[in-house]
Amino acid sequence: MNKEILGIILMYGLVMLFAIPLGRYIGKIFTNEKTWLDKIFNPLDRLFFKVSGIDEQKQMNWKQHLVALLTINLIWFIISMLVLTNMAWLPLNPDANPSMNGDQAFNTATSFICNTNLQHYSGESGLSYLGQLVLMLWQFVSAGCGIAIAAVVFLAMRAKATDQLGNFYHLFVRSCTRILFPIAVVVALLLVFNNTPMTMEGKDTVISLQGDTMHVSTGPVAAFVAIKHLGTNGGGFFGANSAHPLENVSYFTNLVEIITQMLIPLAMIFALGFVIKRRKFAWMVYGVMTIGFLLLLIPTVIVEMHGNHAISAMGITQNIGNMEGKEIRFGTPASAYWSIATTIISTGSVNAMHDSFTPLAGMFQMLGMMINSFYGGVGVGFLNFYIFIILAVFISGLMVGRTPEFLGKKIEAREMKIAMIIALLHPLLILGGTALASYIFSHNPTAHAHWINNPGYHGFSEMLYEFTSSSANNGSGFEGLGYGNGSSVGDNTPFWNISCGIIMLLARYLPIIGPVAIAGILASKKYIPESAGTLKTDTSTFGLMVFAVIAIVAALAFFPALTLGPIAEYFGMRK
Amino acid sequence: MKKNFLPALKLTLVCLLFFSGIYTIIILGAAQLAPNKGKGEIIIANGKTFYTNIGQKFTDDKYFYSRPSAVDYNAASSGGSNKANSDSEYLALVKSRIDSFLVHNPEVIKVDIPSEMVTASGSGLDPHISVQGAKIQIKRISKIRNISEANIQELVSQNTEESMLDLFGPEKINVLKLNIALDNLNQIKAK
Repeated sequence: MNKEILGIILMYGLVMLFAIPLGRYIGKIFTNEKTWLDKIFNPLDRLFFKVSGIDEQKQMNWKQHLVALLTINLIWFIISMLVLTNMAWLPLNPDANPSMNGDQAFNTATSFICNTNLQHYSGESGLSYLGQLVLMLWQFVSAGCGIAIAAVVFLAMRAKATDQLGNFYHLFVRSCTRILFPIAVVVALLLVFNNTPMTMEGKDTVISLQGDTMHVSTGPVAAFVAIKHLGTNGGGFFGANSAHPLENVSYFTNLVEIITQMLIPLAMIFALGFVIKRRKFAWMVYGVMTIGFLLLLIPTVIVEMHGNHAISAMGITQNIGNMEGKEIRFGTPASAYWSIATTIISTGSVNAMHDSFTPLAGMFQMLGMMINSFYGGVGVGFLNFYIFIILAVFISGLMVGRTPEFLGKKIEAREMKIAMIIALLHPLLILGGTALASYIFSHNPTAHAHWINNPGYHGFSEMLYEFTSSSANNGSGFEGLGYGNGSSVGDNTPFWNISCGIIMLLARYLPIIGPVAIAGILASKKYIPESAGTLKTDTSTFGLMVFAVIAIVAALAFFPALTLGPIAEYFGMRK
Repeated sequence: MKKNFLPALKLTLVCLLFFSGIYTIIILGAAQLAPNKGKGEIIIANGKTFYTNIGQKFTDDKYFYSRPSAVDYNAASSGGSNKANSDSEYLALVKSRIDSFLVHNPEVIKVDIPSEMVTASGSGLDPHISVQGAKIQIKRISKIRNISEANIQELVSQNTEESMLDLFGPEKINVLKLNIALDNLNQIKAK
């Protein structure tokens, strides 16, 4: 078999091999069972709580959880703003990079605390090492926050008529120290011993073999890249993200990075089965998500391997696929695999430039983010899926004429209203943002010509992709956005910084609040034991139902916009 | 919210110290044991130091070309072209790259040019080309350097990096290493 196809099978096989035991370990962390790492981490956690003056044993209801989460996120936002706007004179700035202005700092701060990592700057010139290290902190804690809040929902799903759902700080600190930290250390070590730079020195100057002077940016890359993937953050240390040969050195580091980014999202599914003691339910969730993943992955690999029709027409064979924006050491299949993995799980790191993928592959990348619940980001991926489960329970309940019940709890009007609002929020933000941008553009195309780097349908796709990525808290981009007409400003303009910033905020916190509220309300309801009349939610029939709900919502909401972008571009190239 | 503010602030500062500070120091410490002390892999040739993994611009006909780059191999500002497959300006650029390649390599027929030699990489710093990308340049280099094609072919084979474990992923050639080897070959001949 083709060695490159074998490579992507290995990528998925290995991540499953690690994810199942890790899921069990995460489950133990959530339910406070003993693990062999307790000896190291019990004293460490106690130190964290003692210094902060937090009573980690105090039980919280769902509202208290949300207040704690939002407060600490607000603090993160303020600190980010202070650091990003003052980097120039703060320490650890060997390359003398400037501070950010207000709107760019707003975009970047929001982007990193929301686990999005949309970047309207290039790491080489836009951040000091202090800036990089502070952003790296948000990569840890925003991921820890996502895991902790998913744990709250897991505990709520397990609860029988109680509103006591653990302590937010307890779950948060444990997620950071016991899950993220040890794995990040292992991954960073693997990277560092495979030639990924880890130094505090500034740019180096070398003379190339041909005699050109080159300035080479380096930095504390290995530590950053490990948590960037583990926490499904995705923000690159360098402008070219994981396509950069120092950020992703070889096929092996590429394997490490792709496994790392899929690891926790997959493990969380198995952790769910462990916490609520319904392993079959977890496998149903896994099945639906995996089918969704494969349906996006397989066609993407195929169309990319076929290459660009327009270049074939010039008489070039493209045996190795569409190579614009791709690196030789990864090859087309591994780049196509990464592009789908990174969009379904909201990492948003790239090892090839998405803007230069074939039109249909670009569409599948966008679909991954539009659906945003096939695996999904750390923690929050399951929260998005949870909304679809609630919708599916309600709809199938109506279809067969039974009271909609989920895990022994009745689903009523209030929960359904919340679920509907959250399910519709994502399309609203994406389509609303794109409509606004298109309106502004079309009313004065000359003044905004720099907005799009490619004419026609693809220019529309660039704007659609940017808002989709913001709303999915993904962070990847059709990075040509803003570079049209020879402009060097890129997407670092007040309009893109502020509009994407607001969308990231709404799309991060509302889809956390909604599912936590539903789960909290359900947890305090009376438990009705299962009977013959109960709708089974751990069967493949129900899985199919959930899949149908996801597919129908996505198709109704996004098909028209996709028709104007990638689909039109595809047919335009075929004529 | 008030009740939560101060503990959350303190917790954030502890996290800052631990995850930005201690974590970084652990990895920096480990890097001192890593190859080249965590500064990236280097090659020293003829007294000059190069980064093995940072691609260099090779446009001179006596060297194997590296791939086109959207950032002209600026290692302080990486990036791709971000051009769409359908963009006519972009397609004209690819066309001109093909034409220019054929002018410099008159023996090559168009279908043999692999796509990476006429498209820009994602980072603009791709250190590799495919084996086919090197093969089609052998004739040109052989003429200019006055070395037999067989010798250069052997050099290409020696510098071909296998797939990972011989099983996974593409084969490739590091252009910098190949060109250094090429220069060495000339020096040996000159002696």
